Amino acid sequence: MSPVAAGSGVNGVELAVVLFFFILVTAGGFLAVRWRRADSMASLDEWGLGGRGFGTFVTYFLLGGDLYTAYTFVAVPAAMFATGAVSGFFAVPYTIVVYPIIFIFMPRLWSVSHRHGYVTPADFVRGRYGSRTLALAVAVTGIIATMPYIALQLVGIQAVLDTMGIGGSGSTLVKDLPLIIAFAVLAAYTYSSGLRAPALIAFVKDGLIYLVIIVAIVYLAVKIGFGEIFTAAEKKMNTKTKSGLPTGSFIPNSSLYWAYGTLAFGSALALFMYPHSVTAVLSGRSRNVIRRNAAVLPTYSLMLGLLALLGFAAIYEKTSVIGQDGKANAQLAVPHLFDQIFPDWFAGVAFAAIAIGALVPAAIMSIAASNLFTRNIYREFIKPDATPANEARVAKIVSLVVKFGALLFVLGMDRQNAINLQLLGGVWILQTILSIVAGLYTRWFHRWALLAGWAVAMVYGTVTAYRQTVPNASTRLVDGKLVTTVDGVRHFGTSLADFPGTATKVYIAVTALVLNIVVAAVLTVLLRMLKTPAGTDETQPGDYYSDAPSADVIDAAEEVIAAAPGVERTGRQT
Amino acid sequence: MPSDPVVPPRTPLPAPRPLPPGVMVLAGLLLAVPLVALALVPTYSKKNPQLWGFPFFYWYQFLWVFLASAFTWAAYVVIARARRGSNR
Repeated sequence: MSPVAAGSGVNGVELAVVLFFFILVTAGGFLAVRWRRADSMASLDEWGLGGRGFGTFVTYFLLGGDLYTAYTFVAVPAAMFATGAVSGFFAVPYTIVVYPIIFIFMPRLWSVSHRHGYVTPADFVRGRYGSRTLALAVAVTGIIATMPYIALQLVGIQAVLDTMGIGGSGSTLVKDLPLIIAFAVLAAYTYSSGLRAPALIAFVKDGLIYLVIIVAIVYLAVKIGFGEIFTAAEKKMNTKTKSGLPTGSFIPNSSLYWAYGTLAFGSALALFMYPHSVTAVLSGRSRNVIRRNAAVLPTYSLMLGLLALLGFAAIYEKTSVIGQDGKANAQLAVPHLFDQIFPDWFAGVAFAAIAIGALVPAAIMSIAASNLFTRNIYREFIKPDATPANEARVAKIVSLVVKFGALLFVLGMDRQNAINLQLLGGVWILQTILSIVAGLYTRWFHRWALLAGWAVAMVYGTVTAYRQTVPNASTRLVDGKLVTTVDGVRHFGTSLADFPGTATKVYIAVTALVLNIVVAAVLTVLLRMLKTPAGTDETQPGDYYSDAPSADVIDAAEEVIAAAPGVERTGRQT
Repeated sequence: MPSDPVVPPRTPLPAPRPLPPGVMVLAGLLLAVPLVALALVPTYSKKNPQLWGFPFFYWYQFLWVFLASAFTWAAYVVIARARRGSNR
């Protein structure tokens, strides 16, 4: 169980365990179509939102499976391993503050979507502002921000396959075949079962993840002790690199307070603007499902925090991060650590957890992206008279296209491009928050002003992120020694940039949002003075707090049903 | 015969009234506590006091996982009670 050296063979035990769980979830994914069986899957409400009937328990696993992705599990400890707290541990405050925030506004989005049959956040923007263009901007932003996120799930699976000894050498096709098969199977059951498939698989995924984390943490606490781990991490982070700067940050110093805070809050605000988060929320049965989940979902944040510490544990264990291709890759820190400290069969369980952890969000993200395409591009601009059955069929096909697009992206391009685009995706998606969240409370902002603010912020955020250059260093194993070479600079080096006019590092997405708000507010004042048409608002104040399943509404609905002969009750009990 | 969905989206069922302002303020305050606590990075960006080998920076944020959950649950209870009260 020594750290994996380049070109070592395939670990049969680990591979067998991973295959076992993969087959298990594949069966589950196909059978999911029978779960909470609907009369017909031929509508977006059923295929794309699982019938809008998930309770607290299912939603907990679905949101957990959705938000805490394989990439998170690999990337957060990798960031801790490489550069410490500011780039890694901010994920903990981020995933804490996200829940009070969604507690406040998500029930309103749920209610208005339920009243008007909205499937996507762009549907809401369309209804609220009467603007197809603004809705298109929100939909396109959602799709382009989600695509690289799906691609990164594949990067998570690749890290696991690489650790098991698959990949590196051989022809491209053989090397990538396991990834292609995994994604083809995923695409097939998402196509047939829709959102029910990831909802069901999420149980397996989270069960495995919890098990692995608990075992790993108990092992580390008993065998090593956290004091030792933190000491090793502190030493590494304070070690000066060749450029004279410390390797990373163990505890953020005063120059990084804003960076840490804005990363946490900016990411938290962005998280529930991602279409896949909205999809999971709208599949819930009631407002209270969302509120209860906001209170219990932090259990995943605890797990994510512990997982982040595994990055530090890898520093203590001096885990090698050299991949099959002979290059150093921090993302291998946690898979290699598992390989190092666990017996093969349990390392296999851990790898299965990560691999399945990639399938659940990839499925939900592809469903969310295809809901957006179907509702806000296909029905809006191509076929306005689309029936629910048309919509479901288009969405299913688009979900295939999206997944294979992500696959080609990962196979055909450098992994770094996917990471860069995901970084940009976070910057982009936050710029839709003004149209969506402000819209939940007020119609004050003018639709064109929102569009202008969005456009300015998108350009600013993209350009600023591009301009953050870092030395393009790569480390490889040459004759048993690590050799680092620097080849020019690479763009998108960090998600932090100086706030204009200051020397304070701030998350680029937050700076762009400030710009977005300023532009939208100023233009709103101007457009209102010019009395530019503000568009029709199809929503009413009561829509935002309608609470369908409160006791009196259920009673009323049951009276209606009881009064209608020959109509069977298909609603779900708690 | 396939049945219609139970509750069509545009049913004229009565929507519950908005919550009384006092309840909204109390729930809002409960939710604001974790946000403010974690926004104040300088208050926890330090090494001591340590706990079980964890620097303060790390264990304090872990502690807020639990506290934030408790505050959010309290806000839920406040709202759920008020809802039940207003419907009876």
